[in-house]
Amino acid sequence: MKNLIPKTYAEALEMLNNDNLRILAGGTDLMIQNRSWSNMLPDFKTGTILIFNLEELKYMVQEEHFLHIGSGMTLEDIKDNELTPKLLVDALKIMASPAIRNMATIGGNIGNASPAGDSLPVLYVLNALVVLESVEAMRDVPIHDFIIGPGKKTIKQNEIIKEIKIPTNNLTIVKFDKIGGRKADAISKISFAGAAHVKNNIIQDFRVAFGAVGPTVVRKYDLESHLVGLTLDDVSLNIKEILSEYGKYIRPIDDQRSNKEYRKEVALNLLESFILSL
Amino acid sequence: MAKIKFTLNNKVVEIEESPTARLLDILRDKYDFVGVKEGCGEGECGACAVLINDKIVNSCIVPLGTVEGKSIVTIEGFSKTKRHEVLRESFEEEGAVQCGFCTPGMLIASESLLNTNPHPTDEEIKIGLSGNLCRCTGYNMIIKAVKSASKKGDGLW
Ligand SMILES: Cc1cc2nc3c(=O)[nH]c(=O)nc-3n(C[C@H](O)[C@H](O)[C@H](O)COP(=O)(O)OP(=O)(O)OC[C@H]3O[C@@H](n4cnc5c(N)ncnc54)[C@H](O)[C@@H]3O)c2cc1C
Ligand code: FES
Ligand code: FES
Repeated sequence: MKNLIPKTYAEALEMLNNDNLRILAGGTDLMIQNRSWSNMLPDFKTGTILIFNLEELKYMVQEEHFLHIGSGMTLEDIKDNELTPKLLVDALKIMASPAIRNMATIGGNIGNASPAGDSLPVLYVLNALVVLESVEAMRDVPIHDFIIGPGKKTIKQNEIIKEIKIPTNNLTIVKFDKIGGRKADAISKISFAGAAHVKNNIIQDFRVAFGAVGPTVVRKYDLESHLVGLTLDDVSLNIKEILSEYGKYIRPIDDQRSNKEYRKEVALNLLESFILSL
Repeated sequence: MAKIKFTLNNKVVEIEESPTARLLDILRDKYDFVGVKEGCGEGECGACAVLINDKIVNSCIVPLGTVEGKSIVTIEGFSKTKRHEVLRESFEEEGAVQCGFCTPGMLIASESLLNTNPHPTDEEIKIGLSGNLCRCTGYNMIIKAVKSASKKGDGLW
């Protein structure tokens, strides 16, 4: 089985084009998913390509319209970078533990496409684009089109996530919340990301997304657009209806961790407190 | 198989192994650094913690291929430093060691924290050690120990 370590990004694209290889970044998901016995090699079903040390994927740059985050940036380095939007910093602070954050990459958090991936609701709310590259071409895919189901994503065998692009915005109010078991290390049971801009008491921009309440992150663009243009008083008066509209889309997959009804209630409470805080 | 070259406790080493091998297995079985323990084997407990370029990682889930060119320090290497001496003494004084299984990982986590934040608050210590489990002590003694080490070892980090 081939386990390749490219020296450059260009070489990595070539290798991906030539063989059916699994991209291995920090390994914090893959080494566990493919775990075998102690002292034995993890059981990857295909060859792998180890990209963690590609310096060309470790960068953050702010340009006129976008913040660019290289896919090889670790969660810890993104958390500590002054360019990182506050909403993302707030999510990263309570993700996993320092030891995990030093290996876990943002490309891996997206690539894992778990409904409980904590960066995802934030990236949905920030309208992030996933930049995919292969030897042939480069394309931008909105995060909500990139992820199509638990572990399922639109990426071709020869493509790699090169970077995440976050459009410049003027979201002035942001909130990340996560309800989990043990605070630092739990894969979140429910996560919530909210962002808004309010001027002269009128909502100019309103975006919310929920993680781990369904097979993919839930963000409802149509419901958001109904709120834009309303005054804060209108919104408070109609809070019950807004919550019940969102309630239709929050359908936690039932598992043993906690029951559906409870999780739905918690998710709606997070939404309510965000709206009332505007 | 691939040749992987890195620095291990200040010595340059090279090994021919699969890049997907767990760093933990290599450290214990090929280099005999058995102070690195296996607890959960899935990144949850910190018993296997080592430093890579001065930062804590859990070696049970680190693919060997990612350490090419890096500097790894295990508890064996760290224990030769003055900073370790100060930490160990503080741990002993505060009663932060009982069975001792978690201690190497706790010391590595403390070192990693103090490297970036030499004077952490209680809350920052809690966060810094959040990936390390201890079944015996209750964490208060450990937090006190780190705090006391950061005072006593002022200037070392
Ligand atoms: C103890 C523990 C606690 C954790 N806590 C949290 C938590 O609180 N919140 C959370 O969201 N996650 C958590 N995780 C999960 C994990 O750490 C993250 O999902 C992490 O971001 C994965 O990144 P990685 O680089 O390790 O990915 P890897 O394991 O290397 O890869 C993950 C997936 O992404 C793909 N991939 C990686 N990089 C690329 C790329 N550049 N292009 C295309 N595909 C790519 C891989 O092929 C694979 O399918 C935790 C994990 C552990 C072990
Ligand atoms: S053995 Fe590695 S974290 Fe538990
Ligand atoms: S002292 Fe026993 S696990 Fe911590």
